[in-house]
Amino acid sequence: MQLALINELLGIPPAASEHAPLVDNMLEFAHWFMLVLFVGWFTYFVYALWRFRKSKNPKASYHGVKTKVSTHVEVGVVMIEAVLLLGFALPIWSARVNEFPGEGAVHVRAYGQQFLWNFWYPGPDGVFGKRSNEFVSGSNPVGLDKNDQAAKDDRVLAGAMRLPVNRAVIIELTSKDVIHNASFANFRIAHDAIPGSLVPIWFTPNKLGDFEIICGQLCGNGHYSMKATVTIEPAADFNAWVKGSAPAAPAAAPKTAAATAGLDGGHSL
Amino acid sequence: MSAEVEIPYTVTARPDTGLYSAKIGIWLFLASEAMLFGGLFSSYLFLRMGAGPGLWPHGLLNVPVGTLNTAILILSSVTVVMAWAALKMRQFSKYRRWMATTIGLALVFLGIKLIYEYPQKFGHFGAYIKPEALAKYEPYLGNNYLASKGLSRRVEITGHLHSIHLEAGTADKPKFEAFIKKHDLKEEHGVYVIEGKEYTSKIQKELDSLKGSKAEYEVKLDAVNADPTNPVYDSPSLWPAKLSDKEAKIDKADIRWAGMFTPEHSSFFSVYFTITGLHALHIVGGVVVFLYFLGPGSALYKRNPEHLANRVECAGLYWHFVDLVWILAFPLFYLL
Amino acid sequence: MTNPADDASFAGGAAPAVTGRHHAPAEHGAHAGHAHDELSFWRKYIFSVDHKVIGIQYLVTGLVFLLVGFSMMLLMRWQLAYPGQPIPVIGKLLHGIRIGEAFITPDGAMKPDFYNSLGAMHGTLMVFLGVVPVAFGAFGNYLVPLMIGAPDMSFPKLNMMSYWTNFLGSVMMISSFLLPGGAAKSGWTSYSPLASIADQPGTLGIPDAWPILFTGQTWWILSMVFMITSSLLGSVNIIVTVVQLRAPGMTWMRLPVLVWVQFITAYLLLLAFPPLESAAIMQFMDRVFNTSFFSPEGLIVSGLPLEKGGGGSVLLWQHLFWFLAHPEVYVLILPAIGIVAEIIANNTRKPLWSYKSLVFSAAAVGVLSFMVWAHHMYLTGMGIKIAAFFQTTTVLISIPSVVIVTALLISLWGGSIRFTVPMLFAVAFLPMFGIGGLTGIPLAFNSISLLLHDTYYVISHFHYVVAPGTIFALFAGVYYWFPKAVGRKLNDFWGRVHFFGSFICMNGIFMPMFLQGMGGMHRRWYDGGATYELAKPLLHYNVVISWSAFGLLLFQIPFIINFIYSAFKGPKASDNPWHATTLEWNTPTPPGHGNFTGPVTVYRGPNEYSVPGAARDYSPQWEAKA
Ligand code: HEA
Ligand code: HEA
Ligand code: CUA
Ligand SMILES: [Cu+2]
Repeated sequence: MQLALINELLGIPPAASEHAPLVDNMLEFAHWFMLVLFVGWFTYFVYALWRFRKSKNPKASYHGVKTKVSTHVEVGVVMIEAVLLLGFALPIWSARVNEFPGEGAVHVRAYGQQFLWNFWYPGPDGVFGKRSNEFVSGSNPVGLDKNDQAAKDDRVLAGAMRLPVNRAVIIELTSKDVIHNASFANFRIAHDAIPGSLVPIWFTPNKLGDFEIICGQLCGNGHYSMKATVTIEPAADFNAWVKGSAPAAPAAAPKTAAATAGLDGGHSL
Repeated sequence: MSAEVEIPYTVTARPDTGLYSAKIGIWLFLASEAMLFGGLFSSYLFLRMGAGPGLWPHGLLNVPVGTLNTAILILSSVTVVMAWAALKMRQFSKYRRWMATTIGLALVFLGIKLIYEYPQKFGHFGAYIKPEALAKYEPYLGNNYLASKGLSRRVEITGHLHSIHLEAGTADKPKFEAFIKKHDLKEEHGVYVIEGKEYTSKIQKELDSLKGSKAEYEVKLDAVNADPTNPVYDSPSLWPAKLSDKEAKIDKADIRWAGMFTPEHSSFFSVYFTITGLHALHIVGGVVVFLYFLGPGSALYKRNPEHLANRVECAGLYWHFVDLVWILAFPLFYLL
Repeated sequence: MTNPADDASFAGGAAPAVTGRHHAPAEHGAHAGHAHDELSFWRKYIFSVDHKVIGIQYLVTGLVFLLVGFSMMLLMRWQLAYPGQPIPVIGKLLHGIRIGEAFITPDGAMKPDFYNSLGAMHGTLMVFLGVVPVAFGAFGNYLVPLMIGAPDMSFPKLNMMSYWTNFLGSVMMISSFLLPGGAAKSGWTSYSPLASIADQPGTLGIPDAWPILFTGQTWWILSMVFMITSSLLGSVNIIVTVVQLRAPGMTWMRLPVLVWVQFITAYLLLLAFPPLESAAIMQFMDRVFNTSFFSPEGLIVSGLPLEKGGGGSVLLWQHLFWFLAHPEVYVLILPAIGIVAEIIANNTRKPLWSYKSLVFSAAAVGVLSFMVWAHHMYLTGMGIKIAAFFQTTTVLISIPSVVIVTALLISLWGGSIRFTVPMLFAVAFLPMFGIGGLTGIPLAFNSISLLLHDTYYVISHFHYVVAPGTIFALFAGVYYWFPKAVGRKLNDFWGRVHFFGSFICMNGIFMPMFLQGMGGMHRRWYDGGATYELAKPLLHYNVVISWSAFGLLLFQIPFIINFIYSAFKGPKASDNPWHATTLEWNTPTPPGHGNFTGPVTVYRGPNEYSVPGAARDYSPQWEAKA
């Protein structure tokens, strides 16, 4: 089903990821449910107020109505909410947290800080180098260890990232100071960037173009302006860029290096 | 003031509930108290489970003294019941004696905690070694040995801070000079000396900000760090950490985080001081109430002994709760 | 104080609610002053232990803080509609009374830190200093003893303490604006680590040597501790009073719905607040003693490593906060539901439909509200199992709420509806709460949170419940019980102006927010979204919303004047002007210290209107069957 009447009416941002339609359908469905409930009750409500106003109905009835309708409404509500929960919510969520893409996914790390996003690419070797707070500086926002082989070709973009279209991407989020939240409205994905832990999210962009990344968590006086952009480009361009200005790729270090190169010392929660 | 409107069931029980109001009130109050300490204890679990390898210290507290305090509190719980019983039997002088004893015990508990235990901690020094420098301090940490035994590693060196030897190094001169002047440090052949007793967390922060400066901490080691491979220390000992006569020099460059055993030192001491501190406050509160019932409050005895008995009973219930909190805290901090 | 009355009742189980025998039924009129001429003005009106005086004190302070919180929001609304433009008149004034260059420019334009302060304080004031004191403090205190036929609360002195601790906390909270660095700026949720590192000496014009103990964020914590203590005392009092002081014949199933919801609310406050207190203590330690309860290792703030031991848990704060704050939101709605129920019964002239289901649903909401807190934390990282759990409980909690609204709606059927001012606000509550509640349903699913979390959709969701919802219910309550409490009637015409104006403006404010939220506009944006492309098409709504808000203020003026004028000059009210059935109307107007003029006995349920065969269309609880 691809009904998007209420969504359109309420001006939902255009969807740009593979799983977005699932979220939108659910939202659409939920809103129809709410609309029916509201309109139903509201018509009854207005009618009752008019029909039983004092001038029209001077003598109230002690017993009111003996009605089962309420139980029917309630059962209906329960059932539809069950559908929302089992039919939509749980499947979507399990896809988000349990079905991460394996090989072939783009890996990026996003380091939030007041008030900027740093996007850390592993470079041609596809391996994140070592990092440490020791090395953090204005020119080296994530603190890459320059004498680490794997780190040499890594690249860090500030405030703007780029991704290939139609290819799954895994973004590992964290923060250097306070909690931020990377909200990709068009991709229907968002997650807090929590200092001290590295949390992965994934999605598959399926539209070309520039989109905005919102900081969705109050993080200080610059919160309102902590915007980043993501450019979705054809795979070719992206790959070219990855290869691009990088030095001749060194013998790729074992993949495990990436795992250990997290926030050393800082224990995930 | 409220005397002029009589509120029923302040003294006698309401037939259908079988309780007088204050009794229900105190139980509700204790329920909320349980939630308060519940929040703190669950935080203890949260932090402890989140603690990295070797980051949750063991055997830093004085178990015998802690045990003594536990006994004292339990005893006071008994004496307060005796006080109440005495009132019920309308034996006023007995009541006063038991009440006085209770207060005495409470004060002893506070004394031990605040005048003996806390200061002992504040005088103890500990330095967390950077992961990459752990090997360098193997003789004090014995991590290879621990690894061979499959035990979790040690990352902290503790003891009494004897002194710090400070050199300018590459630190920028004016800042360094300012620091020297501020604490008017004497120079002893090339190095400035900060005496252990003058050391504070504030000085530590200033040291950290003196980027490039060299500093060496001379620490009189705790027995554990003196011979770390001694099997005795494989499991936390129930006896207070003894001080050895061995000294160690720790380079500031290798220290991740150092300081006295104050709340800011580690998660462990944060929770320890917060929970025991809040508990101590509750003890103080109890003492104040008891003093009132012993002094001015006891005038009520002439007018309405039952009413006084009820009040003492409620205060007693509160006291048992405070006791209970300690009985929970003691193993969590001292033993486990 | 010995108490013969007790021993008597102990023996015979007879009238417990026998009160100060010093007023005989005869002396009705003279009554008011009589009982305690000996009392000084101070003991009688300021440090009174009379639950009614305390209730009124709560009402007035609460309403004032609602107004203050509203005014703060008006400043913010100006900034949102006209980002960076000087606030007319007030802007310069604010700059005049020193709140520091960091907050407002000389020509009176708001700066981000000030916006964040106002936002955090708006939330805090409205919830903790405004609605809770009015809904629970005022209506609970004033009505519960009266409605159950008690002479006063079980612990009058505690009751007074409760009010004054609340007052202290409130004053401290609001005065924190005048501290260097201004008031708290980390949202009413005060998330760490932001809240732990906010307001540091050396920033925001705070002197380097300034003690962190005297900064806004720290005072937020301290005032919260006062608030918590206050509502703790209050809730113990309410519970014990309901359990112990019910008049003979006032069985549990004869309690007015309002008493039931206050009783349940008291439990929520009693059990949900302490965990926040523990969290507050820990955040206090983090700020003042540099502990790391809520800070992990290796934070780098504006380029410099944070001098902290680390090892703390960021999410721990959120768990403890929301464990309070979710039950808290039901603390905001349950009393409102009670007020609305009483007024609907009275103005439809018929009993509530299915009293039992109302009571049990309210209780169910109370219990469930302790199991849903993490639905505020969907985007902090949740495994499928935990996510499933909290989504399920959140969906479950909406069921009893539906039952409640449904019961109230069906109660209208067959009534003889009088559209008095209180009734207008009460019926308006239903659809407003309906909208707010229904929009809670999509939010209950974390897959939808992926789009809507922390957007204006959420802001709109909960404002529909608390503003045109709870606030309207509170207005209804004020209009309904004012005659009893003050002895004078409020003006009806200006009441209607107040209602229709507020109703239109409220919707003008909150309806467009749904559109903004769906469009991806997030909350706590100082510039109202000007930074973002995707917000561009939605910016003009900011103007609509803001002007509706200014209009809302305009329509509060008749109320404020009406309230104050009628309190002194309004027409006198009789003892039972609404022809109501519950016990509070069985007292002289206004009731004196000690409430009832003689023993009270209850003969029937709370809302016996239009009983077949009865002489009048209302059969009060206190009248013996003919
Ligand atoms: C009184 C306050 C109140 C109430 C009652 C509710 C009720 C509900 N709330 Fe709300 N909520 C808040 C106050 C409240 N909330 C606040 C303050 C926040 C934000 C906190 C912050 O982040 O700052 C919030 C945020 C919030 C979130 C987090 C959103 C996010 O941050 O991403 C969620 C998610 O599940 C949620 C869900 C619900 C649900 C399912 C209900 C359910 O209980 C609703 C049940 C009610 C119904 C289903 C209505 C039934 C009526 C009808 C069916 C009939 C209609 C009637 C007529 C037409 C006459 N709420
Ligand atoms: C009970 C809770 C409550 C209430 C009633 C309100 C009422 C209102 N709120 Fe508030 N609001 C919150 C709780 C509440 N709010 C919270 C918790 C937040 C989140 C804060 C955060 O981000 O941390 C928030 C955030 C919030 C925002 C988002 C700001 C941002 O994210 O940047 C906005 C924006 O417009 C807003 C607007 C309003 C408006 C216009 C009202 C109006 O409806 C105001 C209505 C008030 C009145 C009508 C006053 C009535 C009183 C009188 C008339 C007094 C009479 C006096 C005497 C007789 C003596 N609120
Ligand atoms: Cu980063 Cu808000
Ligand atoms: Cu909630």
